[in-house]
Amino acid sequence: MLSRTASELYWMSRHLERAENMARMLDVAWNLSLIPFAATVEDEVAAPLKITGTLDRYIARYDTVQINNVMHFFSLDEENPGSIYNCIRSARENAHAVRGRITSEVWESINATWIELQNIRRFGLIAMGASAFMDWVKERSHLFRGAAYGTMIRNDAFRFIRIGTFIERADNTARILDVKHQIHAGQGNSAVDYYRWNALLRSVGAYEAYRELYTDRVTAEQIAEMLIFRAEVPRSLRSCVEMLAELLPAVEGDAGLDAKRLVAVQFARLQYGDIHHVFGIGLHEYLTDFLRRINELADTIQSAYLELV
Amino acid sequence: MIKAGSLPPGGYDEMFSAPGAAQPHYAAYWRWLEGVSMDTVERKRKEADLLFHRVGITFNVYGAEEGTERLIPFDSVPRIIPASEWTLLERGLLQRVRAMNLFLHDIYHEQEILRAGRVPADQVLANAHYQPCMQGIDLPNEVYAHIAGVDLIRNSDGDYYVLEDNLRTPSGVSYMIENRRMMMRLYPELFARHRVAPVDHYPALLHEMLEQSCHVTHPCVVLLTPGRYNSAYFEHAFLARQMGIELVEGADLFTRNGIVYMRTTAGPQQVDVIYRRIDDDFLDPLAFNPDSMLGVPGLLSAYREGNVVLANAIGTGVADDKSIYPYVPDMIRFYLDEEPILKNVPTWLCRNPDDLNHVLANLDELVVKEVHGAGGYGMLIGPASTREQIARFREQLLATPENYIAQPTLSLSTCPVFVEQGIAPRHVDLRPFVLSGREVRLVPGGLTRVAMKEGSLVVNSSQGGGTKDTWVLEDGAC
Repeated sequence: MLSRTASELYWMSRHLERAENMARMLDVAWNLSLIPFAATVEDEVAAPLKITGTLDRYIARYDTVQINNVMHFFSLDEENPGSIYNCIRSARENAHAVRGRITSEVWESINATWIELQNIRRFGLIAMGASAFMDWVKERSHLFRGAAYGTMIRNDAFRFIRIGTFIERADNTARILDVKHQIHAGQGNSAVDYYRWNALLRSVGAYEAYRELYTDRVTAEQIAEMLIFRAEVPRSLRSCVEMLAELLPAVEGDAGLDAKRLVAVQFARLQYGDIHHVFGIGLHEYLTDFLRRINELADTIQSAYLELV
Repeated sequence: MIKAGSLPPGGYDEMFSAPGAAQPHYAAYWRWLEGVSMDTVERKRKEADLLFHRVGITFNVYGAEEGTERLIPFDSVPRIIPASEWTLLERGLLQRVRAMNLFLHDIYHEQEILRAGRVPADQVLANAHYQPCMQGIDLPNEVYAHIAGVDLIRNSDGDYYVLEDNLRTPSGVSYMIENRRMMMRLYPELFARHRVAPVDHYPALLHEMLEQSCHVTHPCVVLLTPGRYNSAYFEHAFLARQMGIELVEGADLFTRNGIVYMRTTAGPQQVDVIYRRIDDDFLDPLAFNPDSMLGVPGLLSAYREGNVVLANAIGTGVADDKSIYPYVPDMIRFYLDEEPILKNVPTWLCRNPDDLNHVLANLDELVVKEVHGAGGYGMLIGPASTREQIARFREQLLATPENYIAQPTLSLSTCPVFVEQGIAPRHVDLRPFVLSGREVRLVPGGLTRVAMKEGSLVVNSSQGGGTKDTWVLEDGAC
């Protein structure tokens, strides 16, 4: 398969996954901002800025951290390269460049999303309603995934699409957990905390999963354990890396030996890891190290398969 | 009840022989149409628009805002060709393309036709599209124009004429296939009433032809595109997907020791056949335009060594040039010893002083075209132009007469299109696609382009032309 094609497919799915993650995160920030008694609402509203590392860019544009501006900044703002609008535009451009290699159903799902998004942007987020917009983004992402899963041949094209998804998702889960944990650290067990922990679970689509896996009340340690180590949770670090450890060795050729080794090592660390050990070295330190490793893996994939040299 | 608009006086209409009187091959369609309400037509039109948009069957407009993608208007009244007419067209097209491939082989080898004086030597050898680098190169099957698009029109006498040949990178075939798919989706009941010859096996024929175009047993075939901003990108992606081959850009290919490779995730892979949709000038920056970012350095030398096949070959433009066009009937006589089946439009070459004088004296009645022009640009349609436009054109013509040819203004047949009130006649042409491998073949059909503006003769999509599904009927009945 052409390196350029692999690259476009990989980035297409990364951009779409990013848009979906962004929608989940914003949905939660929006809902928390509606709770009047939360003393630290500002932290929650600012969380998406911290998670994506875009606080400076935002401040340069809007001055104050205020929910409506944050929502606009991340959803439809053309000036923010990480906005949902720009993620979907990039994904559509990637797809357009390789539309000969994706099925017409995958292409049409992305193209229709882009066409609809332009209409939504014309009327603005308020007109559609923030929650309705976030639901729509999630739905379009599900549709893309379903179309890819249901119609594409299981070849390297399919694998690079999936690889992009899981690299992006692992990165996102680690960031959300890290930032939210910092906000919540040292807090008590008030009703406010209850809402916030639940919000964190919702932002990674794992609220129901938690209820099913842990019957008792929500604690920081259990949440961390679930989002790092549990194999049953589709957005956990372990699940993402497990998928990568399955996908990468299946890619044809010997170009990516480094990437294949790195992913095997990382998978073993998660497979045989332990949450007490994590809290022993500190959750923030552990996640920082994980992010470094997952980005090293992404760079290795990039240079082994995707770059035209 | 559908209202049929009045027919233009003196013209030939594909559907009606007189107002309200359908020709035999349109009889079944007209009976069906009389029972259809305009509301249904309008609803189907909207559905088609939505589908075309979603599928992204668009073309990019040069000069418009970057990345602007537009739909080509699609009209759902089919252009129907009876079996008897098609048989004749098919024979004529095969004959014409065969002769043109023989001509190309000849001028890049022995040049017998030049020595026999049937085509003036300077007109070939001094032609901008003549490629000296092709001289003496032997090509597999001696085929140059693997894919040819021949533009046909129908005059008021009802006869078909060849308007021009496209032997470089003819486009439009994807619309032929997509228009058929759309019609079958919108009006399935029509296909139960007519035996319409299929066209959707075109990509399979094309792929087979490309594989046969080289001597390797299981060749690696790729489609080379200038990229996603090219006006025909949709078609490139469509054909690559339909044939199951890689869609590559120049940067995906490289040459080493005279072999062409593509960069893949599993390392370099040798390429045997390149179906290229890039003009000669941009193919290889080392040999042609050094500024080209689209091509592959070293491609020409790999090609000349016979290590890769290009479809179409380099240098085919010399045969589809408008100044060579008047000699095609003579090529058929010279190489095949046959009389041409398809007519040429009478053409004056402004490079000849006598022809030029005739053209200057009759500018208000003639169509004058640039020899190297395409897409309907740089032409004068005398009867439809103002006195100022004609005067301006006259100056250009006098400055560089060798750049122009002139033809009588042919009326172009009409075919109805749906308009707000019913149907109304609009001018159409027809572009069938001829494939030359070990044998010469074509699918029954082609792209019918239609000038959507009333009275307009310009069918080019870059200038607001639309398309129609083209039906070749299999019945011997009409």
